[in-house]
Amino acid sequence: MTVVELPARTHPDERTLATGNDQLKRRRRREYGLFALLVAPNLLVIAVFAYWPIIYNAFLSLTDWNMIAARPKFIGLANYGRTLTDPAFHKTLWITVVFTGLIVVGSLIIGLALAFLFNLPLKGRGAVRTIAFAPHILSGAAVATIWAFIFDPGYGLLRALIEPFGAEPPDWMNNSDWALPGLVIVYLWKNVGFAALIYLAGLQGLPKELDEAAAIDGASTWTRFRAIKLPLLAPITFFLLITTVIGTFQAFDVIAVMTGGGPGDATTTLSWSIYNEGFQAFNAGRAATLSIIMFVILLVVTTVQAKVMERRVHYR
Amino acid sequence: MKLRAIQYVVLIGVAAVFLGPLYWLLSTAFKQPSEIYQWPPAWWPHLTWENFSLAWKAAPFDRYFLNSTIITVVGTALKVINAVLTAYAFAYLRFPFKKVLFFLVLGAMMVPGHVTLLPNYLTVATLGWINTYAGLIIPGIGSAFATFLMRQHFLTLPTEVTDAAAVDGAGHLRTLWRVVLPMSQPMLVTVVVITAVEEWNNFVWPLIVTNTASMRTLPVGLLILKDEEGLAAWGTIMAGTLLVLAPMLLIFLIAQRYIVGGITQGALKG
Repeated sequence: MTVVELPARTHPDERTLATGNDQLKRRRRREYGLFALLVAPNLLVIAVFAYWPIIYNAFLSLTDWNMIAARPKFIGLANYGRTLTDPAFHKTLWITVVFTGLIVVGSLIIGLALAFLFNLPLKGRGAVRTIAFAPHILSGAAVATIWAFIFDPGYGLLRALIEPFGAEPPDWMNNSDWALPGLVIVYLWKNVGFAALIYLAGLQGLPKELDEAAAIDGASTWTRFRAIKLPLLAPITFFLLITTVIGTFQAFDVIAVMTGGGPGDATTTLSWSIYNEGFQAFNAGRAATLSIIMFVILLVVTTVQAKVMERRVHYR
Repeated sequence: MKLRAIQYVVLIGVAAVFLGPLYWLLSTAFKQPSEIYQWPPAWWPHLTWENFSLAWKAAPFDRYFLNSTIITVVGTALKVINAVLTAYAFAYLRFPFKKVLFFLVLGAMMVPGHVTLLPNYLTVATLGWINTYAGLIIPGIGSAFATFLMRQHFLTLPTEVTDAAAVDGAGHLRTLWRVVLPMSQPMLVTVVVITAVEEWNNFVWPLIVTNTASMRTLPVGLLILKDEEGLAAWGTIMAGTLLVLAPMLLIFLIAQRYIVGGITQGALKG
């Protein structure tokens, strides 16, 4: 994100008066005081509930603690050693990567396709765009209960839709092969409208001349898409990629309602296992270790974003 | 012409994909329980409120609704006040090391919320705030992104207006209230609506920080209802789900353009 820097705003009197007299000093002191007063509550909350948790996590990750004993027991890096060599953790990481990958690729491709659709001169496209975006602002827990019933093998909507074709639905959420794809479908349904919205704004901001010139030169629709539009949309694709990765890594509500990490560990993502270790197994040290691992992964992602944004994958 | 027809078919198909689940929710919530468990399903149900009274009997939904409303209203108010005051200070006042402080505020966006769950739970426990409104609300009122949006907006306002206010002898708070905020109304509405939606939908924090039914919020209550009722009471569960969704759907219909505007702005100007 770029921070717009404009010249500092000074009180208009000060631009005309000579500096250095007592009155100005007093005014400046009052201005400092007011600044501190206005900013302090926000900074305090941010310090206590956003920055302190990182330090606290780092400390807890070096301990063994069931959150009942009077104090955590210091065990050095044992949690990291154990976690990083634990096959269950490897599986969790793999599930997280597959889950995130499917959602990122799915929402980018479907989102882009929808954006092109909404960019066509069709009647009612605005309404459909709004309908497709609506799930994005709905409660994940509520969306999850709707889909749990849609996926219900006995009386669900999906069975009603595919039965006429002679197909039978799987028991989605109780089948370890189908649970993860089921969750991916729900998250895509909830979030492709967002990707479509952003892509649409990007499409509408593209310079028309380039595309028109290529069309006159006889470039096909596909060539114009691949060689002109897609590269010009690169910054938007990149933005969506990063935000979707960060969001999906922390996906929790739909998983909690639909599968609870199961069946078995089929949908145990990193975010679920942080919750599970911390608030169901009461193993603060392990939960903190997993939190630090997630923090580092996402920090790398955001740092890459910041670096690329600085170099501006921008066409302007 | 043929191509256009295909495009319309696709457009209608897309609408159906996104409306279908919502129709399924709505029709089930108003179906008679016997209709829910018939096959093939009843597409045009005989309407009844029965599921809602069942949901009310199964869980204290009025209490959940009250808690969600309190948290959303108070949480949004505090967070937006934080954002406005911080943004004003950074846009209009001088302070040593202001830039460093601003990056400290923005840096909070780099901390994924999920990573803070356990430490924040322990901090809130130390403060004695478990299962209280303070515990539900306070940890979420720090504002980084909304502060960023507001400050960027303040910087686009013409200097002459705030200068004129200062020359007229208006103090900073008066200038903020009388001049800057009225000129920032669309951005303010956007920030309020987006924050309110987040507060209402918040799930994992209320889940871990509350432990009695009297403090649960709607989304958490829904999870408990589903776990307790299981597959036997889809009508009850869908009625509860509708209670969670209806207020946000309503807000979305009213304030759609502010939400869409704010989200695309946040993305494209970033």
